[in-house]
Parts: sequence; C-alpha cells; structure tokens
Amino acid sequence: MSVPLHLRSDEVFVLNLGPQHPATHGVLRVKLTMDGEYIVKAEPVLGYIHRMHEKMAEDGIFAQFMPNTARMDYLHALAFNHGWALVVEKAAGIEVPERAEYIRVITVELNRIASHLLWWAAFLLDLGGFTPLLYAFDDREKIIDLLERVTGSRLTYCYMRFGGVLNDIDDEFITGTRDFIKRLRSRLPRQYHDLVTHNIILIKRIKDIGFVSAEQCRRYGATGPVARGSGINYDVRKNEPYSVYPEFDFDIPVFPEGDSMARYMVRMHEIEQSMRIIEQALDKLPAGPVMGKAPRQLKPDAGYYYSAVETARGLLGHRLVCDGDKNPYKLKLRSPTFSNLSLFGEVAEGMLLADALAFMGSLDLVIPEIDR
Amino acid sequence: METSVWRALLYLVGIMVFAGLNAAYLGWCERKGAGRIQRRIGPCEVGYAGLLQPIADGVKLLSKQLLVPRGVDHILFRTAPVLAMIPAMTSMVAIPFSANIQARAIELSVLLLFALASIGMMAVLLGGWASGNKYAIISSARAVSQNLAYEIPMLVTVITVVLLTGSLELREIALKQQGGFWHWNVFRLENGHFLTMWISFIIFFICSVAETNRAPFDMAEAESELVAGYMTEYSSMGFGLFMMGEYLNIVVGACLTTTLFLGGWDCPLGLTPGVWWFLIKIYILIFTFIWIRWTYPRTQIYKLLNLSWKFLIPFSFANLLITAALIKVF
Repeated sequence: MSVPLHLRSDEVFVLNLGPQHPATHGVLRVKLTMDGEYIVKAEPVLGYIHRMHEKMAEDGIFAQFMPNTARMDYLHALAFNHGWALVVEKAAGIEVPERAEYIRVITVELNRIASHLLWWAAFLLDLGGFTPLLYAFDDREKIIDLLERVTGSRLTYCYMRFGGVLNDIDDEFITGTRDFIKRLRSRLPRQYHDLVTHNIILIKRIKDIGFVSAEQCRRYGATGPVARGSGINYDVRKNEPYSVYPEFDFDIPVFPEGDSMARYMVRMHEIEQSMRIIEQALDKLPAGPVMGKAPRQLKPDAGYYYSAVETARGLLGHRLVCDGDKNPYKLKLRSPTFSNLSLFGEVAEGMLLADALAFMGSLDLVIPEIDR
Repeated sequence: METSVWRALLYLVGIMVFAGLNAAYLGWCERKGAGRIQRRIGPCEVGYAGLLQPIADGVKLLSKQLLVPRGVDHILFRTAPVLAMIPAMTSMVAIPFSANIQARAIELSVLLLFALASIGMMAVLLGGWASGNKYAIISSARAVSQNLAYEIPMLVTVITVVLLTGSLELREIALKQQGGFWHWNVFRLENGHFLTMWISFIIFFICSVAETNRAPFDMAEAESELVAGYMTEYSSMGFGLFMMGEYLNIVVGACLTTTLFLGGWDCPLGLTPGVWWFLIKIYILIFTFIWIRWTYPRTQIYKLLNLSWKFLIPFSFANLLITAALIKVF
C-alpha cells in the first residue's frame, strides 16, 4: 500500500516538515517533495541545534566533558556517561572496582528501560494515541525517582567518574528497583500489550510499513533496535562486551521482518531483557568501594583510543585522540541516531505522509544526539 | 399569533442555551473523562472540579487577537468558523427532545439534518482552502473524501429505519418506538428485524464517529501529521468556533442516533418516558465517543476510506435489501 501507482515529477510541491513540527520530536527539519500525500523525495536537514560538543571536549580537561555527554542523548544519558568514562579509562589505564561496574550496569539498564518507555509513549503519540503516553510516564517516573536518589539529577545525569561512580547505591535503591521491576512485569502484559500491542488499529498501521532491509542497515550503518528489527544480530553488549556484561545471562531480541512492528517488538523485548540484567546484577552485587584509584589530573599517553557502548538507540563509539596533554586532542563521536536517520530519505520515498511519520517514530530519533 | 411568537422565542433561546452549554461543557467533560482514563485529574483549578474552566477558556480565546495571515482569502477565512457553528446549531431545531419538546416538526427532518451536516463539512473545506497553508489543504482534502465516503453508508442505513417506521420525521420515528426497549429500532423483535437492525445501528454509529471527525477517525486534524489540520491558521474565537462546532456536531450525531435507533425519549422499561431519558441516552453516547477517542490510536486515511468503500457500503446495501425483503415477507 505504500507504493503509489505512478509519480509525476511535474505535479509536486515542497512541504517543510519542521523544524517546528509535533512529529519530529525536537528540531529536525525534513524537506519533503510531495505528490498529493505521497512523498517523492525526503531530505532530512540537520544542524538546527548543533552545539559543537566535540569541539567543547577539546577545550576542557577530560572530566569537564562528562556533563556534556548527558546533553547529547538526554534519554539514555547514562550510556553516554558510560561511553565517555570507558574511553578515558582505557586511555589513562584506570581500573574500575567491580562494585562500580555493577552499579554502572544497573543504572544504565534502568535508564535504557526509561528510554524505551519514553520512545513507546512518543511513538504512540505520533500514531494519535494519547493515553499510552501517560501510562508509560507513570512507570518512567519511578525509574527517574530511583536514579535521582543515586545520581542527584533526573534527566541529564553526570554520574560516572573515571574509575567508578559518584555515589554508592543503598538498600532503599535496591528494594525500590526490585519493586519497580515487579511492578513493570505485572503492568507490561495488560497496560502495554493488551491495550496497545494487540490493538488492531496499531497493528494495521505499523505492520508491513516502513520496511528496512538488512542490506540497507549495513549500507547506512544502522545499529540498535533498527538493525535488530531487520534481522541483524548485533549488540555491542554481546558482540564486543564491555564492563561486566559477559557475566549476565540475557538474550538479544532479533526480529527479521524489518518493518515498524519488528522494531517495536525489539524494544518491548529489550525492556524485559534489561529487567533480567538488573535482577542478576542486584543478586550478584559485590561489596567494596565504588571509586577506584584515579589521578586528579589525567594525562593519558599520546595515541588513538576507541570504545563502544550500546545505547538504547544503537552503537555509540567514542574515538579519542590524545597528545599527552591534560585536554583531549580530538574527540569524534559515532552516534547511533545519525546513521538511523540517514535511512529515512531512502525508505520514505513513495510512502504516504502518515506512514512516513509512523516510520520516523519507529526509528526512535533523539535530535540533540544527531546535531551534537 | 401571540403564543406562536412566544413559542418561537422560547425555543430560540432554549436551543441556543442548550447548544452553548454543550459546546462549552463537553470540552470540560472530555478533559475530565480523558483525565480519568489517563489516571490523572484533569482540570481542577478554576472553580469546583474545574467547572469554570470552559468560561475561563472562552474569556481567554475572546481576548486573543484574531490573526489573519497574509495571503488568505479574507471572506472565506472569516466565514468558515461561522459556517462550522451555525448548521450544527440549526440542526437542533428538528430534534425531538421529548413528545412535546421539539422546536419545529419538519416533515423531512432526517434529510434536513443530513443537508446541514454537509454544510458543516463545507466549513472545514473552506477554512482549509482559505488558509493557504499546505497542511490545511491536505487536511481539507482528507476531510472531504472522508465525509463523502461515510455519508453514503450512513444514509443507506437511515433508509432501513425509514422503511421500518415509514416516516422521515424524527418525532414520528421516535413515537413508533415507544413502550420499552423491545420496541426500539435497534432491538426491534417483531418480524425478524432484530436480524438486521443492530447491524444498521453499528454501521450508523461508526459512520457518525467518522462524520464528526473524532478519533480514531480524526484524519482532518491529525496533529502529529498535519499540525492542527484545517485549524492551523486560526486563532482566537475562529479556533473557538471550530471547536464548538465540533462538539455540537457530536451532540447532533448523538441525538440522531438516539432518535433513530434508541427510542428517543422512551424509558427502557416503558415506565416514565420523558426528556430526561433522551438526555441520558445522548450523554451515554457522547461518553462512548470520548472513551473511544482516548483509547485508540488514529487510523490511516486510506484504511479509513477502504473501510467505508469496501466494507461498510456493501454491508449497508446488503442490510438494506434484507430489511426491505423482511418487510415485504411479513
């Protein structure tokens, strides 16, 4: 249904979707060439909130960049914290105590659930369902409260330190997390799947729509749920393990269909897998310090360093160049949403406007992370 | 002569008050209902339980500047919101609220209501067209194709009711259904009509959701796609009138459904018929509208049209044939 019978190039008009538009979640502008309601050509225009984060990294010392990481992907800020901490620890050769690694995994996974819940809410909002938004925010609120207890902030965390984490977690956090997991487990089948996933209108709107092939994913470098929804079994946590992820037993949900429904299902299953990881981490949580030995002023040896983490949207790579000084010489981020968005132009061609927006929602775009 | 003038004046004021109150307070009901469904409170600050919220909203809208963007068609741009409101209000004239409360018994009142509904649809078309906004024009095009598609099955199902009752006058139709719910058109037991009439009712109800542009069929104002659709360029009371017109259309739709299928002012057990039963029924229907809106996501315009052309229209025609055959046989 998404391919029109014929497209005439002489009867088209240009529709500027954004930078202020309810469906673009931020300041993304898509220049659409339309034939009626069919999209002839879609061209994402970026740069509306470019803040030169990578350049900022060069101006300060290593620790000063930590708050910036949270301002890029504000929905999965802790994974960005983690990525930056990992690459600097690698460069400076800092050891992280085991308890800190466990706490990092617990908080990052909690944050991943919060990110997926918010994606779910926003995606349903794109599809015109307002009520699921508030159900998801109800659960997300619990996570934010938990994370606020340990990190001190609610959205833009600056929790990780080179060599550990800022605060230790307490018993209240642990019981609170266990309660939350119990609560979300009981709510997922009813409030999420019965109300929304099995809804005939939703299925008709996202099944077989927005097809992304595995070949396209490889060509554009799409990762995360987008690639896993197209049958590519790739997750940094399994394929290039970092931190203490190898110690946990969890699955990587992969759906081969490649449509919006597949991406939806990947994220819903990831919520369950994240809960499994958190439970195991809480069970095995070792005692000890949460902060290792790290010099106040870092001066890593000159060289190239790279580390990758899996954020809620895919692979986040940090490429750090050091010249032996107290500042990074250069930092380059490889952010997942940029590659995922690059798909949009090719896939949206020939789609109806409403389908294209549903497809865009299923990519889970976080614009500040594209325009760093 | 004297009494007829007083009567006309009374009904004029009465209808305007009823329409005005509904247009204002259905917004409040909707927000409260949505709040309940979404596990939050809804408006609660202005007045007891937010009851003065519609008045505050009205004052706010009135005090805003009516912004007319450059490049719009001035006459059409200003006419459209009025055109959205007036037909809906005029429709109330023909509606029998009880055996004695009806402004005017017009012989072809069913047809009149449909004609007025079509004029109301023109407001959406003109408003979108006059705005000169691409989103508004897409929205108008959607609204027209949607209303066209759903008016056909709606009218065809109304014919089944007309065949059954033998009248095009709403009061007559309601009078034929008095004496308990087993006489209502939707449950009519005699002559095997229970086979077809509930299908008519369901088709009519779906169509009235679509005709009033309510979710999940709110293609014309799909805010995640078309910003605010045909209302994008409207501010102040221009926007306010469109909203009031929308709510009045819902009231008219509920009144029509009640009169055609649910026995009008009849009590379900046939005891105390009266205007209160009419009001109870229409508000139950309106609540159902609200409930549906806040539960389901939006459909797609082509799926919506497919539902009508490929499913509802054939079904309604088959339904009409069977009803006619049943009337002939018994």
